[in-house]
Amino acid sequence: MEDSVREEREIMKICLLAGQIMLQSGAETYRVEDTMMRIASSYGIDHTHSYMTPTGIIFSLEDPQPMTRLNRITERTTNLYKIDRVNTLSRKISQGGMSIGEAYRELQEIDRTRAIYPLWLNVLMAAVASGCFLIMFQGTWFDFIPAMLAGGIGYYCSVLLHRLIPVKFFAEFSGALMIGLCAVLFVKYGFGHARDIIVISSVMPLVPGLLITNAIRDLMAGHLVSGLSKGAEAFITSFAIGAGIAFMLSFQ
Amino acid sequence: MYYIEQTVTSFIASAAFGMIFNAPKKALWQCGLAGMVGWVLYIWLQDVGVQKLAATVVAAYCVTMISYFFAKKYRKPIIVFSVSGIIPLVPGGLAYDAMRSAVENQYDQAVQSGAVAFMMSGAIALGLLLSEVTNQVIRKIRASKTT
Repeated sequence: MEDSVREEREIMKICLLAGQIMLQSGAETYRVEDTMMRIASSYGIDHTHSYMTPTGIIFSLEDPQPMTRLNRITERTTNLYKIDRVNTLSRKISQGGMSIGEAYRELQEIDRTRAIYPLWLNVLMAAVASGCFLIMFQGTWFDFIPAMLAGGIGYYCSVLLHRLIPVKFFAEFSGALMIGLCAVLFVKYGFGHARDIIVISSVMPLVPGLLITNAIRDLMAGHLVSGLSKGAEAFITSFAIGAGIAFMLSFQ
Repeated sequence: MYYIEQTVTSFIASAAFGMIFNAPKKALWQCGLAGMVGWVLYIWLQDVGVQKLAATVVAAYCVTMISYFFAKKYRKPIIVFSVSGIIPLVPGGLAYDAMRSAVENQYDQAVQSGAVAFMMSGAIALGLLLSEVTNQVIRKIRASKTT
Protein backbone atom coordinates (compact mmCIF):
# COMPACT_ATOMS: atom_id res chain seq x y z
CA MET A 1 0.00 0.00 0.00
CA GLU A 2 2.73 2.38 1.08
CA ASP A 3 4.73 1.63 -2.07
CA SER A 4 1.86 2.06 -4.44
CA VAL A 5 0.97 5.43 -2.93
CA ARG A 6 4.55 6.56 -3.27
CA GLU A 7 4.55 5.47 -6.88
CA GLU A 8 1.30 7.29 -7.45
CA ARG A 9 2.86 10.43 -6.08
CA GLU A 10 5.77 10.07 -8.52
CA ILE A 11 3.39 9.60 -11.44
CA MET A 12 1.49 12.66 -10.32
CA LYS A 13 4.71 14.65 -10.33
CA ILE A 14 5.55 13.57 -13.88
CA CYS A 15 2.09 14.33 -15.21
CA LEU A 16 1.98 17.75 -13.63
CA LEU A 17 5.46 18.69 -14.82
CA ALA A 18 4.66 17.57 -18.36
CA GLY A 19 1.42 19.52 -18.29
CA GLN A 20 3.12 22.57 -16.88
CA ILE A 21 5.85 22.62 -19.52
CA MET A 22 3.30 22.25 -22.30
CA LEU A 23 0.97 24.93 -21.01
CA GLN A 24 3.84 27.34 -20.45
CA SER A 25 5.06 26.76 -23.98
CA GLY A 26 1.68 27.49 -25.49
CA ALA A 27 0.17 24.10 -26.36
CA GLU A 28 -3.54 23.64 -26.95
CA THR A 29 -5.51 22.62 -23.89
CA TYR A 30 -6.77 19.35 -25.30
CA ARG A 31 -3.23 18.28 -26.15
CA VAL A 32 -2.05 18.96 -22.62
CA GLU A 33 -4.96 17.00 -21.19
CA ASP A 34 -4.41 14.17 -23.59
CA THR A 35 -0.69 13.99 -22.81
CA MET A 36 -1.23 13.92 -19.05
CA MET A 37 -3.88 11.23 -19.30
CA ARG A 38 -1.75 9.15 -21.60
CA ILE A 39 1.28 9.30 -19.32
CA ALA A 40 -0.84 8.34 -16.31
CA SER A 41 -2.52 5.45 -18.08
CA SER A 42 0.72 4.05 -19.43
CA TYR A 43 1.93 3.83 -15.83
CA GLY A 44 -1.22 1.94 -14.98
CA ILE A 45 -3.56 4.60 -13.65
CA ASP A 46 -6.61 4.71 -15.87
CA HIS A 47 -9.00 6.92 -13.96
CA THR A 48 -7.78 10.48 -14.17
CA HIS A 49 -9.43 13.84 -14.40
CA SER A 50 -7.86 17.07 -15.41
CA TYR A 51 -9.07 20.59 -15.65
CA MET A 52 -7.02 23.46 -16.86
CA THR A 53 -7.17 27.08 -17.77
CA PRO A 54 -4.23 29.08 -19.13
CA THR A 55 -3.34 30.02 -15.55
CA GLY A 56 -3.48 26.70 -13.75
CA ILE A 57 -3.82 22.92 -13.86
CA ILE A 58 -5.91 20.74 -11.56
CA PHE A 59 -5.12 17.08 -11.94
CA SER A 60 -6.50 14.20 -9.98
CA LEU A 61 -5.72 10.48 -9.94
CA GLU A 62 -8.35 8.05 -8.67
CA ASP A 63 -6.61 4.84 -7.74
CA PRO A 64 -5.08 3.37 -5.71
CA GLN A 65 -5.84 6.38 -3.58
CA PRO A 66 -7.64 9.57 -4.61
CA MET A 67 -5.12 12.36 -4.98
CA THR A 68 -5.52 15.84 -6.40
CA ARG A 69 -2.95 18.52 -7.03
CA LEU A 70 -3.09 22.06 -8.28
CA ASN A 71 -0.36 23.75 -10.26
CA ARG A 72 -0.32 27.46 -10.86
CA ILE A 73 0.98 28.74 -14.21
CA THR A 74 2.17 32.30 -14.24
CA GLU A 75 4.56 32.72 -17.13
CA ARG A 76 3.55 31.74 -20.66
CA THR A 77 5.71 31.98 -23.74
CA THR A 78 5.75 30.43 -27.17
CA ASN A 79 8.15 27.54 -27.48
CA LEU A 80 7.11 24.95 -30.04
CA TYR A 81 10.32 23.03 -29.47
CA LYS A 82 9.42 22.15 -25.88
CA ILE A 83 5.91 21.09 -26.87
CA ASP A 84 7.39 18.81 -29.46
CA ARG A 85 9.84 17.29 -27.01
CA VAL A 86 7.24 16.58 -24.35
CA ASN A 87 5.03 15.11 -27.05
CA THR A 88 7.81 12.78 -28.17
CA LEU A 89 8.53 11.84 -24.57
CA SER A 90 4.91 10.97 -23.86
CA ARG A 91 4.88 8.82 -26.96
CA LYS A 92 7.97 7.00 -25.73
CA ILE A 93 6.41 6.51 -22.30
CA SER A 94 3.19 5.07 -23.71
CA GLN A 95 5.20 2.62 -25.77
CA GLY A 96 6.53 1.41 -22.45
CA GLY A 97 10.16 2.35 -22.98
CA MET A 98 10.74 4.47 -19.88
CA SER A 99 10.82 4.09 -16.15
CA ILE A 100 9.29 6.73 -13.91
CA GLY A 101 12.67 8.03 -12.76
CA GLU A 102 14.01 8.34 -16.30
CA ALA A 103 10.94 10.16 -17.47
CA TYR A 104 11.12 12.63 -14.61
CA ARG A 105 14.77 13.38 -15.23
CA GLU A 106 14.17 13.96 -18.91
CA LEU A 107 11.22 16.24 -18.17
CA GLN A 108 13.34 18.28 -15.81
CA GLU A 109 15.94 18.60 -18.50
CA ILE A 110 13.33 19.77 -21.01
CA ASP A 111 12.05 22.24 -18.45
CA ARG A 112 15.51 23.71 -18.04
CA THR A 113 16.23 24.23 -21.73
CA ARG A 114 15.82 27.78 -22.83
CA ALA A 115 14.95 29.02 -26.29
CA ILE A 116 16.84 27.05 -28.93
CA TYR A 117 17.65 30.07 -31.03
CA PRO A 118 19.67 32.95 -29.59
CA LEU A 119 18.04 36.34 -29.21
CA TRP A 120 19.99 38.00 -32.00
CA LEU A 121 18.78 35.35 -34.42
CA ASN A 122 15.19 35.91 -33.30
CA VAL A 123 15.54 39.63 -33.83
CA LEU A 124 17.13 39.05 -37.22
CA MET A 125 14.29 36.72 -38.17
CA ALA A 126 11.72 39.26 -37.02
CA ALA A 127 13.45 41.80 -39.24
CA VAL A 128 13.53 39.44 -42.22
CA ALA A 129 9.88 38.50 -41.71
CA SER A 130 8.92 42.18 -41.59
CA GLY A 131 10.74 42.82 -44.84
CA CYS A 132 9.08 39.86 -46.52
CA PHE A 133 5.66 40.89 -45.27
CA LEU A 134 6.22 44.28 -46.83
CA ILE A 135 6.59 42.64 -50.22
CA MET A 136 3.62 40.36 -49.55
CA PHE A 137 1.46 43.37 -48.73
CA GLN A 138 2.33 44.94 -52.11
CA GLY A 139 5.01 47.28 -50.87
CA THR A 140 7.92 48.34 -53.05
CA TRP A 141 11.46 47.00 -52.68
CA PHE A 142 12.54 50.52 -51.77
CA ASP A 143 10.81 50.13 -48.42
CA PHE A 144 12.30 46.70 -47.73
CA ILE A 145 15.19 47.92 -45.55
CA PRO A 146 13.11 50.44 -43.56
CA ALA A 147 10.55 47.72 -42.77
CA MET A 148 13.33 45.36 -41.71
CA LEU A 149 14.82 47.96 -39.41
CA ALA A 150 11.51 48.99 -37.90
CA GLY A 151 10.42 45.37 -37.39
CA GLY A 152 13.71 44.33 -35.82
CA ILE A 153 13.90 47.32 -33.51
CA GLY A 154 10.27 46.93 -32.46
CA TYR A 155 10.64 43.23 -31.74
CA TYR A 156 13.89 43.70 -29.82
CA CYS A 157 12.32 46.50 -27.82
CA SER A 158 9.31 44.38 -26.84
CA VAL A 159 11.47 41.39 -25.84
CA LEU A 160 13.80 43.57 -23.79
CA LEU A 161 10.99 45.37 -22.01
CA HIS A 162 9.24 42.08 -21.34
CA ARG A 163 12.32 40.98 -19.42
CA LEU A 164 12.68 44.24 -17.54
CA ILE A 165 9.07 45.00 -16.68
CA PRO A 166 6.75 42.08 -16.00
CA VAL A 167 3.61 43.92 -17.07
CA LYS A 168 2.07 41.82 -19.78
CA PHE A 169 0.75 44.20 -22.37
CA PHE A 170 3.20 47.02 -21.89
CA ALA A 171 5.96 45.30 -23.86
CA GLU A 172 3.76 44.97 -26.93
CA PHE A 173 2.56 48.52 -26.53
CA SER A 174 6.05 49.98 -26.44
CA GLY A 175 7.23 47.69 -29.25
CA ALA A 176 4.45 49.02 -31.43
CA LEU A 177 5.28 52.54 -30.29
CA MET A 178 8.89 52.10 -31.44
CA ILE A 179 7.72 50.75 -34.79
CA GLY A 180 5.43 53.72 -35.25
CA LEU A 181 8.24 56.09 -34.33
CA CYS A 182 10.69 54.43 -36.73
CA ALA A 183 8.19 54.44 -39.58
CA VAL A 184 7.28 58.08 -39.08
CA LEU A 185 10.94 59.15 -38.88
CA PHE A 186 11.97 57.06 -41.90
CA VAL A 187 9.21 58.55 -44.04
CA LYS A 188 9.91 62.04 -42.80
CA TYR A 189 13.57 61.89 -43.79
CA GLY A 190 12.94 60.23 -47.12
CA PHE A 191 14.32 56.84 -46.14
CA GLY A 192 10.97 55.15 -46.71
CA HIS A 193 7.93 55.89 -48.85
CA ALA A 194 4.77 54.18 -47.69
CA ARG A 195 4.39 54.69 -43.96
CA ASP A 196 1.25 52.58 -43.59
CA ILE A 197 2.65 49.46 -45.22
CA ILE A 198 5.91 49.75 -43.30
CA VAL A 199 3.98 49.88 -40.03
CA ILE A 200 1.66 46.99 -40.91
CA SER A 201 4.45 44.67 -41.98
CA SER A 202 6.77 45.53 -39.07
CA VAL A 203 4.02 44.94 -36.55
CA MET A 204 3.49 41.37 -37.76
CA PRO A 205 6.18 39.75 -35.51
CA LEU A 206 4.33 41.10 -32.47
CA VAL A 207 0.97 39.65 -33.53
CA PRO A 208 -0.14 36.94 -31.07
CA GLY A 209 -0.53 34.29 -33.75
CA LEU A 210 -0.28 31.26 -31.49
CA LEU A 211 -2.89 32.66 -29.11
CA ILE A 212 -5.33 33.31 -31.94
CA THR A 213 -5.09 29.81 -33.40
CA ASN A 214 -5.12 28.19 -29.97
CA ALA A 215 -8.14 30.17 -28.83
CA ILE A 216 -10.10 28.92 -31.84
CA ARG A 217 -8.90 25.35 -31.49
CA ASP A 218 -9.66 25.29 -27.76
CA LEU A 219 -13.16 26.61 -28.31
CA MET A 220 -13.77 24.00 -31.00
CA ALA A 221 -12.56 21.22 -28.70
CA GLY A 222 -15.03 22.35 -26.04
CA HIS A 223 -12.59 23.96 -23.63
CA LEU A 224 -14.69 27.05 -23.28
CA VAL A 225 -12.91 28.70 -20.37
CA SER A 226 -9.44 28.27 -21.89
CA GLY A 227 -10.64 29.32 -25.33
CA LEU A 228 -12.30 32.46 -24.09
CA SER A 229 -9.42 33.51 -21.87
CA LYS A 230 -6.87 32.93 -24.63
CA GLY A 231 -9.10 34.88 -26.98
CA ALA A 232 -9.24 37.70 -24.46
CA GLU A 233 -5.45 37.66 -24.12
CA ALA A 234 -5.06 37.77 -27.89
CA PHE A 235 -7.54 40.60 -28.14
CA ILE A 236 -5.88 42.70 -25.47
CA THR A 237 -2.45 42.08 -26.98
CA SER A 238 -3.67 43.20 -30.39
CA PHE A 239 -5.31 46.16 -28.74
CA ALA A 240 -2.03 47.08 -27.03
CA ILE A 241 -0.26 46.95 -30.40
CA GLY A 242 -2.96 49.05 -31.98
CA ALA A 243 -2.84 51.54 -29.13
CA GLY A 244 0.93 51.90 -29.51
CA ILE A 245 0.58 52.63 -33.21
CA ALA A 246 -2.36 54.96 -32.68
CA PHE A 247 -0.47 56.83 -29.97
CA MET A 248 2.36 57.51 -32.39
CA LEU A 249 0.10 58.48 -35.27
CA SER A 250 -1.86 60.92 -33.13
CA PHE A 251 1.27 63.05 -32.74
CA GLN A 252 1.57 63.48 -36.47
CA MET B 1 7.42 37.62 -61.73
CA TYR B 2 4.87 38.86 -59.22
CA TYR B 3 4.03 35.30 -58.19
CA ILE B 4 7.67 34.30 -57.84
CA GLU B 5 8.26 37.28 -55.59
CA GLN B 6 5.25 36.41 -53.45
CA THR B 7 6.16 32.73 -53.27
CA VAL B 8 9.70 33.38 -52.12
CA THR B 9 8.84 36.08 -49.59
CA SER B 10 5.94 34.15 -48.07
CA PHE B 11 8.15 31.08 -47.69
CA ILE B 12 10.88 33.07 -45.94
CA ALA B 13 8.41 34.96 -43.76
CA SER B 14 6.68 31.79 -42.56
CA ALA B 15 9.97 30.02 -41.85
CA ALA B 16 11.20 33.10 -39.97
CA PHE B 17 8.06 32.99 -37.89
CA GLY B 18 8.74 29.37 -37.13
CA MET B 19 12.09 30.47 -35.73
CA ILE B 20 10.56 33.24 -33.64
CA PHE B 21 8.20 30.66 -32.14
CA ASN B 22 11.12 28.30 -31.45
CA ALA B 23 9.99 25.58 -33.83
CA PRO B 24 12.41 22.64 -34.06
CA LYS B 25 15.06 23.15 -36.74
CA LYS B 26 13.89 20.24 -38.86
CA ALA B 27 10.34 21.58 -38.98
CA LEU B 28 11.26 25.01 -40.38
CA TRP B 29 11.06 23.87 -44.00
CA GLN B 30 7.59 22.52 -43.49
CA CYS B 31 6.51 25.69 -41.66
CA GLY B 32 7.65 27.75 -44.62
CA LEU B 33 5.98 25.44 -47.09
CA ALA B 34 2.61 25.52 -45.29
CA GLY B 35 2.70 29.30 -45.10
CA MET B 36 3.77 29.61 -48.72
CA VAL B 37 0.97 27.44 -50.11
CA GLY B 38 -1.60 29.25 -47.98
CA TRP B 39 -0.48 32.70 -49.05
CA VAL B 40 -0.06 31.98 -52.76
CA LEU B 41 -3.49 30.37 -52.80
CA TYR B 42 -4.90 33.42 -51.05
CA ILE B 43 -3.56 35.96 -53.57
CA TRP B 44 -4.27 33.71 -56.55
CA LEU B 45 -7.91 33.27 -55.53
CA GLN B 46 -8.24 37.02 -55.20
CA ASP B 47 -6.75 37.53 -58.65
CA VAL B 48 -9.27 35.09 -60.11
CA GLY B 49 -12.04 37.17 -58.58
CA VAL B 50 -12.94 35.31 -55.41
CA GLN B 51 -14.05 37.43 -52.46
CA LYS B 52 -11.46 38.17 -49.81
CA LEU B 53 -13.43 36.36 -47.11
CA ALA B 54 -13.88 33.19 -49.15
CA ALA B 55 -10.20 33.27 -50.12
CA THR B 56 -9.25 33.48 -46.44
CA VAL B 57 -11.43 30.49 -45.57
CA VAL B 58 -9.88 28.38 -48.34
CA ALA B 59 -6.33 29.45 -47.50
CA ALA B 60 -6.74 28.78 -43.77
CA TYR B 61 -8.30 25.42 -44.59
CA CYS B 62 -5.39 24.46 -46.85
CA VAL B 63 -2.74 25.59 -44.36
CA THR B 64 -4.30 23.45 -41.66
CA MET B 65 -4.78 20.43 -43.92
CA ILE B 66 -1.13 20.58 -45.00
CA SER B 67 -0.15 20.92 -41.36
CA TYR B 68 -2.21 17.82 -40.50
CA PHE B 69 -0.39 15.94 -43.19
CA PHE B 70 3.02 17.04 -41.89
CA ALA B 71 1.97 16.36 -38.29
CA LYS B 72 1.06 12.80 -39.22
CA LYS B 73 4.17 12.26 -41.28
CA TYR B 74 6.75 13.70 -38.89
CA ARG B 75 4.88 12.82 -35.68
CA LYS B 76 4.90 16.31 -34.29
CA PRO B 77 2.07 18.38 -32.79
CA ILE B 78 0.08 20.11 -35.49
CA ILE B 79 0.51 23.64 -34.13
CA VAL B 80 4.23 23.43 -34.87
CA PHE B 81 3.35 23.72 -38.56
CA SER B 82 0.06 25.57 -38.65
CA VAL B 83 0.85 28.65 -36.56
CA SER B 84 3.39 30.26 -38.82
CA GLY B 85 1.22 29.49 -41.84
CA ILE B 86 -1.84 31.19 -40.38
CA ILE B 87 0.00 34.40 -39.44
CA PRO B 88 0.11 35.97 -42.93
CA LEU B 89 -3.68 35.63 -43.17
CA VAL B 90 -4.26 37.64 -39.98
CA PRO B 91 -5.93 40.90 -41.08
CA GLY B 92 -3.23 43.21 -39.73
CA GLY B 93 -3.73 45.81 -42.44
CA LEU B 94 -7.43 46.18 -41.78
CA ALA B 95 -6.90 46.42 -38.04
CA TYR B 96 -4.33 49.13 -38.73
CA ASP B 97 -6.78 51.02 -40.94
CA ALA B 98 -9.38 50.83 -38.20
CA MET B 99 -6.92 52.18 -35.66
CA ARG B 100 -5.78 55.00 -37.90
CA SER B 101 -9.31 56.07 -38.71
CA ALA B 102 -10.16 56.08 -35.02
CA VAL B 103 -7.18 58.31 -34.31
CA GLU B 104 -8.25 60.65 -37.08
CA ASN B 105 -11.72 60.88 -35.52
CA GLN B 106 -13.35 59.13 -38.48
CA TYR B 107 -15.28 56.68 -36.40
CA ASP B 108 -17.61 55.52 -39.16
CA GLN B 109 -14.64 54.29 -41.18
CA ALA B 110 -13.00 52.85 -38.10
CA VAL B 111 -16.06 50.74 -37.35
CA GLN B 112 -16.26 49.66 -40.98
CA SER B 113 -12.64 48.47 -41.16
CA GLY B 114 -12.95 46.94 -37.72
CA ALA B 115 -16.01 44.95 -38.79
CA VAL B 116 -14.22 43.65 -41.90
CA ALA B 117 -11.18 42.70 -39.80
CA PHE B 118 -13.49 40.87 -37.41
CA MET B 119 -15.13 39.00 -40.30
CA MET B 120 -11.71 38.02 -41.62
CA SER B 121 -10.78 36.56 -38.25
CA GLY B 122 -14.05 34.69 -38.36
CA ALA B 123 -13.12 33.37 -41.79
CA ILE B 124 -9.81 32.05 -40.43
CA ALA B 125 -11.73 30.35 -37.63
CA LEU B 126 -14.11 28.83 -40.17
CA GLY B 127 -11.19 27.49 -42.19
CA LEU B 128 -9.71 25.88 -39.10
CA LEU B 129 -13.09 24.44 -38.17
CA LEU B 130 -13.67 22.93 -41.62
CA SER B 131 -10.26 21.28 -41.66
CA GLU B 132 -10.88 19.88 -38.18
CA VAL B 133 -14.16 18.40 -39.44
CA THR B 134 -12.47 16.95 -42.53
CA ASN B 135 -9.79 15.43 -40.38
CA GLN B 136 -12.31 13.83 -38.03
CA VAL B 137 -14.22 12.40 -40.98
CA ILE B 138 -11.04 10.93 -42.47
CA ARG B 139 -10.18 9.41 -39.10
CA LYS B 140 -13.67 7.90 -38.74
CA ILE B 141 -13.56 6.40 -42.22
CA ARG B 142 -10.12 4.91 -41.55
CA ALA B 143 -11.25 3.49 -38.22
CA SER B 144 -14.33 1.88 -39.75
CA LYS B 145 -12.23 0.35 -42.50
CA THR B 146 -9.81 -1.33 -40.12
CA THR B 147 -12.50 -2.84 -37.89
